[in-house]
Amino acid sequence: MRELALHILDIAENSVKANAKLVTIDIDVRDNLLTIKIIDDGKGMSEEFLQKVTDPFTTTRTTRKVGMGIPLFKQAAETSGGTFEIKSQLGIGTEVKVTFQLDDVDRMPLGDIPSTATTLLYPECDFKWIYTIGDESFIFDTREVKEELQGIPIDSPEIIAFLKSMIKENIESINGGLVI
Amino acid sequence: MKSIADIKAIREKMQAQIISRDNEDSANETRVVVGMATCGIAAGARPVFNELVDQVANRGIKNVKVTRTGCIGMCKLEPIVEVFVPGQEKVTYVHVDAEKAKKILDQHVLGGKICSEYLVGDEA
Repeated sequence: MRELALHILDIAENSVKANAKLVTIDIDVRDNLLTIKIIDDGKGMSEEFLQKVTDPFTTTRTTRKVGMGIPLFKQAAETSGGTFEIKSQLGIGTEVKVTFQLDDVDRMPLGDIPSTATTLLYPECDFKWIYTIGDESFIFDTREVKEELQGIPIDSPEIIAFLKSMIKENIESINGGLVI
Repeated sequence: MKSIADIKAIREKMQAQIISRDNEDSANETRVVVGMATCGIAAGARPVFNELVDQVANRGIKNVKVTRTGCIGMCKLEPIVEVFVPGQEKVTYVHVDAEKAKKILDQHVLGGKICSEYLVGDEA
């Protein structure tokens, strides 16, 4: 994968499959540090499974024995001077926290967050995005969107298209020309 | 700058359409499904999904639902797009990119003619 936004998409899809009701994705850039947190209230993992979840030969799938999503994200962080942490509790949820040195030459670009955010629009699961550069934040909460939609599915093409341009405008305004 | 408050206008427009479309829709709806597991995402499924959604939205195409699924077990053929036309057998396209996705939408979903060049070939 060539963008952190694709890793975020992949990890957040795990949250949806773990029956999360709310997934919080917190992207924070300050000084030379980029921090990405993905926190869900899904079914969580046992202590035993958590111990081996960063091993590519661990998966919840029953059709085969390989699961690459978490190991790839961990590798992306650790090969560019960053850190990877995962916490989980059965019945409570899971939290993935990854940090990157902003100026590390091996760090992947953050990539297309609006496309990832609008690929993650589910009627049954809500997302709260917090996008912070320094002291300025943009918050995108699908619960607020759904309230406005009054029953129209959030994954209708017209709505997805609108939300994508809305998120893009807001993020660009906060970035102020900075490419992350 | 656009905000959530702008959704009201879009909602009102869509509500008018939904009333005129009735409830018989889901039976006539074609589903276009994009594989969105680690393998699909790494191979380029997100731009494929986004292109399909953009096309359906911008051209106001009705009775087509674009959705996602997990890994269907042919990782090396990703991005994979499955087309379910009501009353017909599922068609599976492999190694799809945004351009091919648009052609699949035009030629197969809207035109009824399968894009045979994008089906699973000898490499499977």
